[in-house]
Amino acid sequence: MSETSDKIVELKNVSLSLDNQIILEDINFTLKEKDYLTIMGSNGGGKTTILKIILGLIRPNNGCVSVFGTNPCQSTYAGKFIGYLPQHIKSDLKFPINVFDVVLIGRYNGLFKRYSEEDKQKVIEALEIVGMENFKDRQIGKLSGGQMQRVFLARALVRNPKLLLLDEPTASADPEMQQSFYKLIKVLNEKMAIVIVTHDVSAVLQYGKSVACVNRKLYYHGEKEGALGKLQDAYKCPIDLIAHGVPHRTLQEHKYL
Amino acid sequence: MRNAIIAIILAGIACGIVGTYVVARKLVFISEGISHAAFGGIGIGYFLKINPVIAAIPFAIIAALAIGIISKKGNVNEDTAIGITLAFGMAVGIIFIYLTPGYAADLFTYLFGSVITVSMSDIIIMVILDAIIVSIFFIFRREILAISFDEEFSKIVGIPTKFLYLLTLCLIALSVVVLIRVVGIILIIALLTIPPVIAKNWTENFYKMSVLSVITGIVISIFGLLIAIIYNLPPGATIIVVLGAVFILFSLAGKIIKLKNIYGHFDIF
Repeated sequence: MSETSDKIVELKNVSLSLDNQIILEDINFTLKEKDYLTIMGSNGGGKTTILKIILGLIRPNNGCVSVFGTNPCQSTYAGKFIGYLPQHIKSDLKFPINVFDVVLIGRYNGLFKRYSEEDKQKVIEALEIVGMENFKDRQIGKLSGGQMQRVFLARALVRNPKLLLLDEPTASADPEMQQSFYKLIKVLNEKMAIVIVTHDVSAVLQYGKSVACVNRKLYYHGEKEGALGKLQDAYKCPIDLIAHGVPHRTLQEHKYL
Repeated sequence: MRNAIIAIILAGIACGIVGTYVVARKLVFISEGISHAAFGGIGIGYFLKINPVIAAIPFAIIAALAIGIISKKGNVNEDTAIGITLAFGMAVGIIFIYLTPGYAADLFTYLFGSVITVSMSDIIIMVILDAIIVSIFFIFRREILAISFDEEFSKIVGIPTKFLYLLTLCLIALSVVVLIRVVGIILIIALLTIPPVIAKNWTENFYKMSVLSVITGIVISIFGLLIAIIYNLPPGATIIVVLGAVFILFSLAGKIIKLKNIYGHFDIF
């Protein structure tokens, strides 16, 4: 019973091609509540595309996507439960909007519905979580890159998501900021499932629960393969050292590579 | 004169609200395309002997939807779709005006505006269109703010982005029609863009920016109209020149303030 009910995302045989180019091929994986999945892989390998499929922004050509019990193989819209932090912020940063109003958009609840006092309270709470409450009246473009990132994280969190998708969140952060960011995510993981796309191996192995590699296909290195905890036992050294070039294998070999 | 001032106020309302959206969402070239394409409707109006401003309404809306749908389908780039629609609309207009017997003396009225000769029926059309524009923008203000800032995220939170995109393009089309009699098809784009850009100097809030651009547009346009009357100049063009001059003044003032901020520490100023 619980085996099926706590499954929040399920992708079955998902394939996607664009302009006769195969982007994703036969992707299968499931996510459960409070999972912490790290997706790694080379650029252009389809990592971001997987997130967008989960979000329902892109429809796969084949396969079934079920997110929070939406009809498999049909609608994939479950945006209500998902928080998303995009890799690039495409918005015009000179846009006349302040931090508070950016986060408030995350509370959007349907046509003709005003933002309530509760919505505004939630915005303040989300800004407090990311430590940006003192900047709420600042125009969005007048923040540093790291601060902006935290505001957009607040915009994802203000929705009270059960699943948080993060696309290369620390790509432009210095090591100290990365550490505090991952610690924050770890705390959030007590309440929601996390899927994080990153190249940052050390943080992954330090904080994540499972790892998947995407390069057109998805190679899942779950906990059962001993990607993390068991590896740590087996090698008797902190896992993050492995990322710094200690020559032993951290993950099982890909079947097809 | 009274009609002219009423027309300018109505135009200021439309261009301030729609213009803020156009500038914030970078739809300037699309608006340019819609306004030129509307000339096709003017030509058809001439030919059928109905008020060209009324005939321009469906034509501008069809042009707006055509650009929106073609560019979102992805086979043709947005700027290409705009270029095609723009030229096609104008060509249709020219052919119908050519086919209309008699000399189209007041063609200039629609190309460059003639706010002095605005008729009561034109004003009634403008009032109705303004009412539609203002109420739709008010009803969808949250969605419009969200999609203007971040379309992808808006989709995720469940905003019907495609529908709203097309709806707002239709509102741009309506605002173009409101502005035709005041500044004419060729100069519309200035009245849509300059007041919001000036208003942006005073606020960092999207809604306040709309209200301030309405006020800016009306004040500067009336000032331009007075200058045109005093010096016997074409009103539409004079309004645009005054708008442009105010914009340049504000940009220079902004630059000087910036320099002061930079060099102020070194006591050069």
